[in-house]
Amino acid sequence: MSATDTARSTAPLLSVRELKKHFPIHGGILGRQQAVVQAVDGVSFEVAAGETLGIVGESGCGKSTTAKLLIGLTQMDEGDIVLDGRRLGPDMSLKALRRDIQMVFQDSYASLNPRMTIGDSVAFGARVQGLDDPQGRARRLMARVGLDPDRFAGRYPHELSGGQRQRVNIARALAMSPKVVVLDEAVSALDKSVEAQVLNLLADLREEFGLTYIFISHDLNVVRYISDRILVMYLGEVVEVAPVDDIWNAPAHPYTRSLFSAMPSMDPDNRTTKPPLSGDPPNPIDPPSGCRFHTRCPMASEVCKRKHPVLGRMGQGSPHWVACHLHDPASGHPKAAEGASV
Amino acid sequence: MTDPILQIDNLNVRFNGKRTVHAINDLSLKLMPGETLALLGESGSGKSVTLKTLLRLLPERRTGLDGSIAFDGTDIMTLSGKRLRSYRGGDVSMVFQEPALALDPVYTVGDQIAEAVMRHKGVDKSEAMATALDMLTRVRIPSPERRLKNYPHELSGGMRQRVMIALALACRPRLLLADEPTTALDATVQIQILLLLRELQREFGMAVIFVTHDIGVAVEISERIAVMYAGQIVEEGTTREVIADPQHPYTQGLLAANLHDVAKGTRLDAIPGAPPSLETRPDACSFAPRCPLALPACRAELPPVKTPGPRRRVACLRAGQPIAAE
Repeated sequence: MSATDTARSTAPLLSVRELKKHFPIHGGILGRQQAVVQAVDGVSFEVAAGETLGIVGESGCGKSTTAKLLIGLTQMDEGDIVLDGRRLGPDMSLKALRRDIQMVFQDSYASLNPRMTIGDSVAFGARVQGLDDPQGRARRLMARVGLDPDRFAGRYPHELSGGQRQRVNIARALAMSPKVVVLDEAVSALDKSVEAQVLNLLADLREEFGLTYIFISHDLNVVRYISDRILVMYLGEVVEVAPVDDIWNAPAHPYTRSLFSAMPSMDPDNRTTKPPLSGDPPNPIDPPSGCRFHTRCPMASEVCKRKHPVLGRMGQGSPHWVACHLHDPASGHPKAAEGASV
Repeated sequence: MTDPILQIDNLNVRFNGKRTVHAINDLSLKLMPGETLALLGESGSGKSVTLKTLLRLLPERRTGLDGSIAFDGTDIMTLSGKRLRSYRGGDVSMVFQEPALALDPVYTVGDQIAEAVMRHKGVDKSEAMATALDMLTRVRIPSPERRLKNYPHELSGGMRQRVMIALALACRPRLLLADEPTTALDATVQIQILLLLRELQREFGMAVIFVTHDIGVAVEISERIAVMYAGQIVEEGTTREVIADPQHPYTQGLLAANLHDVAKGTRLDAIPGAPPSLETRPDACSFAPRCPLALPACRAELPPVKTPGPRRRVACLRAGQPIAAE
């Protein structure tokens, strides 16, 4: 794949380092802080120009919080975002960042202003950023996403179907000529037949505008179809990142394996017989010690309760990263030597 | 041959109001005892309305109903009063998509299950509580004695759905209606609930109608699949038949859109357009405007229902022809 090749040869377009966001929970009559939700806890990743990075994980794993931190909708506690060599803060303002990174949300209706026509909505960002000819831009982009501007520009969001509204949101994101588009469950609320149309559109736009996508979804089939690399999160941390074929054929982290085997089989003669995991994901308020997955992990040993595993390469120069003691011969995990084979 | 547990003939459901919606149009369906059927369709296809009609949960004043529904030989369209109450929750019960909304927040889960058991089985509170405990154990809730005294908000989403299932099965219904019971759950929890339902279905021998928009889920849970579009069943057969040999162009499109094992970068055979609004009663094939195979005849009259095998049907003039690859 060309995208992953460029990932190795050139500097990444977007680089996120040690992103952290903890939400305090206040309670009691004095409103004192009682606990902390560790929504995102030390997340780092890089995305190359033209690449699509898929982010998967269960609810509460921090995928949406990560997306919001990327465009500054939620303010990070710690961490660095470097886009195209410029660091957010010293080299780049938040406004500039938001022009280069745009986002499409899951709820197509809630993310549009109900009192604005969709033509105005698409043009709004370009106008705020002072780009030339916002209306013309909006009309061209609406036509590009398959909505005839003469018919649709004057309509309001409630007059459109879910699929059409999501096309509006995509056009609005593109109106800023962004480098990166973050798609947070952007096709999840759509019906399957409409979802396929929007995925085709996203693939065409990526080609045409040279876009880089961060594609967040819980639907593994969709993520596999669209992504060059997949990043797996669990309770606010990255547990595995790898090129799509590597992770699909040989998932290394026990959580990734469980997640993949929880997918319906699509084969009536060969149905799933045993659930890969029992119980629900633990609460991110008070995550388990050591490896956060050890409470549900079939491979957990003593060391997993004590020591926090670090994200490391599977082998020298490997593009496959995993945070698991099983794959670290020095970890002290009894099965670490067998690593990849278990 | 045994009699069907459920037989729906030419059911029509129309919602009257500012706008008329023809939600169900001439739907017929037969379910044998102990059978698991998945009703597969997209939003607005009439899956949930079908379930609500079966329980007579639709608001009577605004709903135009005709056709017949027989449960174990009893006409349920005419049930009322006490007999309707014993039918609901006794013979037939339902698991909803959002257990957080379906469970009562001000009663403990033990009380809620026990109340249903007392109402339907006429037993006293302590016996009903024993049944509740037994049900929580069967749905594999850890430390069930303690959970009996929990309120719904104290449980996780997966646990709440287990409670919902325990409640629905406490009176040993002969038909369980499940309306997207796993849609709101995470993948690793969804598969646990599906396997649990499959196991309980075998154990209790009840028939199940499982509504879902997810083909993968339908394959995991059901023996038979009925595909709905615009308030009608467009294709029905065993799960094997429908997955391996889909004959309706809509079913074929849905399967392609599932993206199971689709190579990266290939263009998807997306069904163009969107489902119809159903403001008027369909008098031609509802899928024709989106269909790559549509002929003038498809737009002129209702499609014929072909039956390529026993209990297999396809409502399509051109059934059996694959979508031409472009």
